[in-house]
Amino acid sequence: MFSYCTDPSALEGLSWLSCYLTTGKHMGFYISFVVVLVLLAITAPVALLFGFAGATAARSRVAPLRWLGKAYTSIVRGVPDIAFFLFFVIALDQGFEWLRHQVKCPDWDAPVRQGNDFIVCDIAKLPLSTSPQWVHETYGFFLAVLTFAIVFGAFAANVLYGGMRAVPRAQLETAEAYGMTHRQTFWRILVPQMWVYALPGLGNLWMVLIKATPLLFLLGVEDIVYWARELGGTKNARFTDYPHGDWRIWYFLFLLVFYLAFTRVSEIVLERLMVRLSHGQATTGGEKLRKGANA
Amino acid sequence: MKKLFLGTAALALTAGMALADTVRMGTEGAYAPWNFVNDAGEIDGFERELGDELCKRANLTCEWVKNDWDSIIPNLVSGNYDTIIAGMSITAERDEVIDFTQPYTPPDPSAYVALSADVDLAGGVIAAQATTIQAAFVAEQGWTLVEFATPEETVAAVRNGEADAVLADQSFLDTVVGDGLVMLDRKEALGGGVGMGIRESDGELRGKFDAAIQSMKDDGSLNTLIAKWEVSSQW
Repeated sequence: MFSYCTDPSALEGLSWLSCYLTTGKHMGFYISFVVVLVLLAITAPVALLFGFAGATAARSRVAPLRWLGKAYTSIVRGVPDIAFFLFFVIALDQGFEWLRHQVKCPDWDAPVRQGNDFIVCDIAKLPLSTSPQWVHETYGFFLAVLTFAIVFGAFAANVLYGGMRAVPRAQLETAEAYGMTHRQTFWRILVPQMWVYALPGLGNLWMVLIKATPLLFLLGVEDIVYWARELGGTKNARFTDYPHGDWRIWYFLFLLVFYLAFTRVSEIVLERLMVRLSHGQATTGGEKLRKGANA
Repeated sequence: MKKLFLGTAALALTAGMALADTVRMGTEGAYAPWNFVNDAGEIDGFERELGDELCKRANLTCEWVKNDWDSIIPNLVSGNYDTIIAGMSITAERDEVIDFTQPYTPPDPSAYVALSADVDLAGGVIAAQATTIQAAFVAEQGWTLVEFATPEETVAAVRNGEADAVLADQSFLDTVVGDGLVMLDRKEALGGGVGMGIRESDGELRGKFDAAIQSMKDDGSLNTLIAKWEVSSQW
C-alpha cells in the first residue's frame, strides 16, 4: 500500500508493521468486520419481525395459525444452531433451485437427485455458475441473513409472547370496557406496553446474536474469526513476504477486545432504551421514574 | 422470503447474460504449498497454478472459491462449485460419493512431525486434520487420535503439547519443520495420489480435465510445476 513496502524484509519495527497491516489479506480482514456489522444491522430487525409474527400467530384466536406459531418457535428453538446452519441452508438453497427448475425447465426429464448429486438445469442455478464471485457471495450473505433471522426470530417470538402475556390484564380489560375492538386493543394497548417486558430478553438475544456471527463461515461468508485464524497462523517465508510464527493469540485477543467493546456499547444502549420504555409504565422501573420526577 | 427469492432471481438473471463455460473451482486455501491465501488475499500455490493451466488447456473460464475442508464435499454435490482441487487424495471411500480425475500428483508418503525424534506413536496422542486419509489411518491403527478442522491447528497442537505428533502430507510438513519441530524417519504410504473431485453426474467435465492433465503429463509441464512447488515426487 505504501511506497516503501516493496521490500518488506528490509523493514523493521513500525514501518514493517504498517506494511504488514495493510496487505490485501488484511484488507479482507477489515472488510469482514463491515460484513459482520451489516449482517447484524439487517438481521436484528428482520429477526424481530419474524419474532413478532411468530408471537402474534402463537396467541391468535384462529387455531391453525396458533399451531403454526407454536410449532415454529418450539421446533426451531429445539434444533442446535450448528445443525440448522449445516443442514437448513443447503436445503433452503436447493429448495430455491428446485422451484426455479420447475418454472424454467419444465421439459427436463432427468431426475433432480442422482445418487448424491443435486442437479438442476443450468439456467435454474442460483446464482448462475457464470455469475461473478461477488454475486455468489451476496447470495450467500442473504441466505445467512435469512437463516439467522429464522433462528433468532423463533427465540424472539418466545420472548415477545412472554412480553405480551406480561402486560397486566387490567389494562386490556379497561380497553375493552372503553369499547375498543380486539385489533385496537392489540395495537394501541398491548403492543406499546409489551416492549418493556420483552426488552431484557431481547437484549440477551442481541448479545447471543453478536457472538453467533462466526457461524457465517459455515455458509462460505468469510467472517472475522476465519480471518483471524488465517492471518494469525504460522507464515512460512516461502509463501509470504511477511513471515511470522503463530500469532493467533494476538489476533484473537484483538477479537476479544472487539466483542467486549461491542457488547458493552450494546449494554449501554439497551439500558437507555429500558429507561425510555419505562416512562409511564405500571412497572417497578416506571414507578421509580415517576417518584424520581416528583421529588 | 418471496421477495428475497424474486430479488435474487432477478439479480442472477441480469448477471448471467454472458455465456461462457464457467467452472467454479473449490479449494481450502489453508494447505501450503498446495493451496493457500497469499499476501494479496488471493488463492495461490501449486493447485492455483495447475488449475489455471488446466482450464486454459480445456478452454474453460475458471473461478476460484474458498470453502471449509469439513463441508467441501457436501457443497460440491449440492452444486455450489464444480470441482474440488484441494490436495484431496483419491480414496475408495470418497470415490463412492464423488468422482475423481486421474491423479495429478503421484501418491506420496505421509510423515510425522514431533517435538523429539524418539516419540512413542502407539502410546501417544496423534493429531490429524479431520476427514483426511491421515486421520482415518491413525484411527485404524487404534492409536489415540485428535482431529482438528485446519492443518495449522494440528501443528499448533504438537507445539503446545496437546498432541505428541502430527501426521500429514510430507510436502505440507516440510513447510513447518524447524523451530523445535522434527520430522520422524517413519513414513506411511497412504492414498492413491491426488486428483480433482468432480460430481459423479459430471462425466463430461471430468473428461475435459482428464485430457488436460494427460496433456500436462505428456509435455512435462506437470513435473515442472511439481518441482517448482515441491509438492510431491515426479511422474
